[in-house]
Amino acid sequence: MEFDLWAQLPSVLPEIGVTALAVVVLFADCYGSQATRRNVVYISALAMALLALVPLIWLPDPALYENGALLWGGMVNYDPLAQIFKVMLLLGGAVTCVLAAGDRGVGDKGEFYLIVIIATLGGMMMSSASDLILVFVALETLSIPLYMLASFRRGDARSAESGMKYFLYGAFASAIMLFGFSLLYGFTGATNLAAIADSLNSLGDGLLVVMAALVMVVLGFGFKIGAVPFHFWTPDVYEGAPTPVTAFVSVSSKAASFALLLRFMTAVFPADLVIAGVAIHDFWINLLVVISILSMTLGNIVALRQTNIKRLLAYSSIAQAGYTLIGVAALQGAEPGLAVASVSFYMFMYIFTNLLVFGGAILFIDKTDSEEISDLAGLNRRSPWLALFLTIGLLSLGGIPPTAGFFGKFFLFQAAVNANLVGLALIAVTNAIIALYYYLVVIKVMYVDVGPDDDVAIGIPRVYGWSLGITALVVILLGTIAVTPIYDWAILGAAGL
Amino acid sequence: MEATGFSILTAIIAIPIIAGVVILFLDGKNRDLVRGVGITAASAVLALSLAVFFGYDNYVKASGGLVDQQMAMLATGGQLSGAQMFADALAFEQRVVWVESLGIAYHVGVDGVSAPMVLLTGMVAVAGVLISWHITDRLREFMAFFMFLVAGVFGVFIAVDLFMLFFFYELAIFPMYLLIAGWGWVKLREYAAMKLTLYILVGSVFALVGAVAMYFTAGNYFSGPGVEVFQAAVASGILPADSGAYSWNIVQLTLAAENGAYAVDILGIEGLSFAKFWFPFMFMGFGVLAGVFPFHNWSPDGHVAAPTAVSMIHAGVLMKVGAFAALRAGMQLLPEGADVHLPWMIFLTLINVVYGALIAFRQRDFKYVIGFSSVSHMGLVSMGWATMNLTGMTGAGIQMFSHGAMTALFFGVVGMVYDRAHTRDIPSLGGFMTVMPWVGIAFVIGGLTSMGMPGLSGFIAEFPIFQGMWAASEQITLQLGVFELSNYYSVLVVIAALGIVITAAYVLRVAGQVFFGEFDADRFHDVGNIEMTDRIILIILGAPLIILGLYPPIMAPMIESGIRPLIALLGGG
Repeated sequence: MEFDLWAQLPSVLPEIGVTALAVVVLFADCYGSQATRRNVVYISALAMALLALVPLIWLPDPALYENGALLWGGMVNYDPLAQIFKVMLLLGGAVTCVLAAGDRGVGDKGEFYLIVIIATLGGMMMSSASDLILVFVALETLSIPLYMLASFRRGDARSAESGMKYFLYGAFASAIMLFGFSLLYGFTGATNLAAIADSLNSLGDGLLVVMAALVMVVLGFGFKIGAVPFHFWTPDVYEGAPTPVTAFVSVSSKAASFALLLRFMTAVFPADLVIAGVAIHDFWINLLVVISILSMTLGNIVALRQTNIKRLLAYSSIAQAGYTLIGVAALQGAEPGLAVASVSFYMFMYIFTNLLVFGGAILFIDKTDSEEISDLAGLNRRSPWLALFLTIGLLSLGGIPPTAGFFGKFFLFQAAVNANLVGLALIAVTNAIIALYYYLVVIKVMYVDVGPDDDVAIGIPRVYGWSLGITALVVILLGTIAVTPIYDWAILGAAGL
Repeated sequence: MEATGFSILTAIIAIPIIAGVVILFLDGKNRDLVRGVGITAASAVLALSLAVFFGYDNYVKASGGLVDQQMAMLATGGQLSGAQMFADALAFEQRVVWVESLGIAYHVGVDGVSAPMVLLTGMVAVAGVLISWHITDRLREFMAFFMFLVAGVFGVFIAVDLFMLFFFYELAIFPMYLLIAGWGWVKLREYAAMKLTLYILVGSVFALVGAVAMYFTAGNYFSGPGVEVFQAAVASGILPADSGAYSWNIVQLTLAAENGAYAVDILGIEGLSFAKFWFPFMFMGFGVLAGVFPFHNWSPDGHVAAPTAVSMIHAGVLMKVGAFAALRAGMQLLPEGADVHLPWMIFLTLINVVYGALIAFRQRDFKYVIGFSSVSHMGLVSMGWATMNLTGMTGAGIQMFSHGAMTALFFGVVGMVYDRAHTRDIPSLGGFMTVMPWVGIAFVIGGLTSMGMPGLSGFIAEFPIFQGMWAASEQITLQLGVFELSNYYSVLVVIAALGIVITAAYVLRVAGQVFFGEFDADRFHDVGNIEMTDRIILIILGAPLIILGLYPPIMAPMIESGIRPLIALLGGG
């Protein structure tokens, strides 16, 4: 087949742009003047926001992705699913940069933005990868910067500990996942995801090894998204890492992993794969259902007892991973499109919601040096806007209209019911109520409780306030008028699988 | 009526939302401005809801109007279509497609059951703003949240799209949480607010899962075996021309119910139809908010802990939201399930009526008496639904309005007494008739209404419910394994009537101890008569009780017209 560069280039254009940006930021930080260095944050944020437009301008060709055509020698998918995840990762990276700007010891170092940009690049590659080699390279391009970020505040023992823990767990999980990949390769002789599936189908034997490989891969993903029982790193890393980093880890790594999980599971272990009379599809669906139930239940119940806002959000993010897994498990239904769309929409709104909550928390922690929920008391009187932004974010995490979370949860439950997972949906809604309890408690503390520093106002820096405000607005819009376009786009994303 | 352009109902939701947002941006110290915006918005909403009520009344009663159409339909004696009748009954409709791929639309309209509820909400909104006139603590936030709450409540009553119904339902709950937790009675508010919120949300999310299941079942039906039914309905204009097979339109879901789409067996168990399985979730999910036993526990605490304005809207309107949604999303959409389950659920409503009244009798706290009386009276509403005949259900519809105005009046009275006497302990009050005659008279009117005194609205609500119970008695049989229980409604109605006797007892006790008897002038030396704003509240809420009691035709035919489609669905004549 002839290689047509111009036809293939758009599929990786955003990645090329991000790489170029990384180089620009690196040089600006090393050789730029004082003023240039101060502006690195705006360069990074603005450039990533603009790059988020690129996937919207060069739309993939339906004729290609609907037939499963791959680009770059079978390495890259060029379909709406990849596009939607690239857009959300870029926007998430841009917001993270702005939120980190004022953070002492983090945002004033240019290399922070460089690392965020490279991690975003890894996430973007993950969302379009279609070959085991690229999958692993992308995964590590995302992970290694995150380990660095977690220990970014070197002088702080907690940050160093957090980085070390994250790295040890992460390296272990990567190794196991890689072992799973190697088993798959060893058995099929292929690295391309679709080719692996074809070979597995004609295998007829080796059920145990395929199962083992499957479990190892799921373990790796489970680690990345922080699902139970691979969640042990989450609270410590979330608590110890600098807050902007926690915000970034909680959204980007999770979103990219879900994109890849959707693609990997549907491509390698499709519904018609039967080995030695066992339907592999049923096995991994059930596995994910169990992981999903464990994650939501454990995450929510443990979150009830937390007094530290970052730990609370850590456990809440475990539960959120559990909800999102419902969407992946719903792939078994008659209309997998609904399942894929529900996961994409959930991640899209989750990035903004979580960044909003963390953004509010960053500012509060920065101003008061406290991470205790009880110290949020009277926040409404100290800074009404900050309290309002946090409330919008928490309501969205809890799934209350008119915020985006309501639709996010609704689409997930809908996909579950459609896939005949009514029991799972009922467990999920029960969990949603438990979760709502602790979100409401935080809101109550902010609006009702009286604190000792009630009359000490908390000022919001202007740029910071605007970026929080825009994020809050996006969360509201995604729950009202912007539902249709994003959801339709997400539905389209299923076509390439 | 046809779905036309802009509907007055959209304004009814939009005005409080806009007012709430505007209030949030006002200067919190300028309380007069906040109050001004609040009362302007509430009055505008009341005016619009009066327009809706009387506009709908005209549509129902005009020659050739809805009642005439329904009578003509009944006279033909043929098979009645409940979905068709429901679609005909809707007025002031507006429909804007929201999420096309899922069949979600912003779709509003009123029928005979919801039109009086819209009026009630408008009345209580004005009363709630007026009774909060003297709040000084964070008045801006209070008023804004109150406006959002009002908007959410209106939304549930006028939603013709099941998804919108849930959307507004959940939208109403959060501001209520903050209002109770932030401005309620200090001793109890945090506990009560959280309890109430969790109870109500648990109910609604289970119902939501049921609704999603219903959406898919109906969609599968309309895109498979029922495709001809669907095309015929679109052709005849019952469904909008741009509807898809999968839709949240309540008319369309009703049509599916009527054609047996929910009769399919689920979970692989023979005889366990979809409707049978999901009805308890849908009915009880919303029944939680209507205070149905054993899920009534949140309600007395919630009412007592809430600030007066919120108690008024909560007991006055929000509990009706529960009963209304149980009717609309439970009975109307799963009538087969209603046939199976309501015959045993009626026992729960009986417990509500009698047990609620008994507990109310034992309370020392004035507000708890009213709180438990709400549990008791809301039991009558659910009991009316459970008769499944025109008389009983119409009575329940009237009871919703009557009890709404009456309870809001009661809570207003309690608030006025408490604000001045600073205690709600019944034995230590007394003789307040001499200093607060307006309040005393209002309480007596409300009390007589709740006892079902002829000439007041309570009578024309409760009497048909009991009459409906007698009429239903012979038709309804409860199958419990091998045992068969028949003709037992007539026994239950006698017991329920005892509840009314107990009601009379506690109302008279409270009236006697609080408003009559010795007035302790030393202790309550600063208690004076009430102000103009308070009088307006008492008039707005008290007058309808008398008007409706003396002239039932102002509302009864309208509610009947809204119940008839349900009767057709439930398989009655």
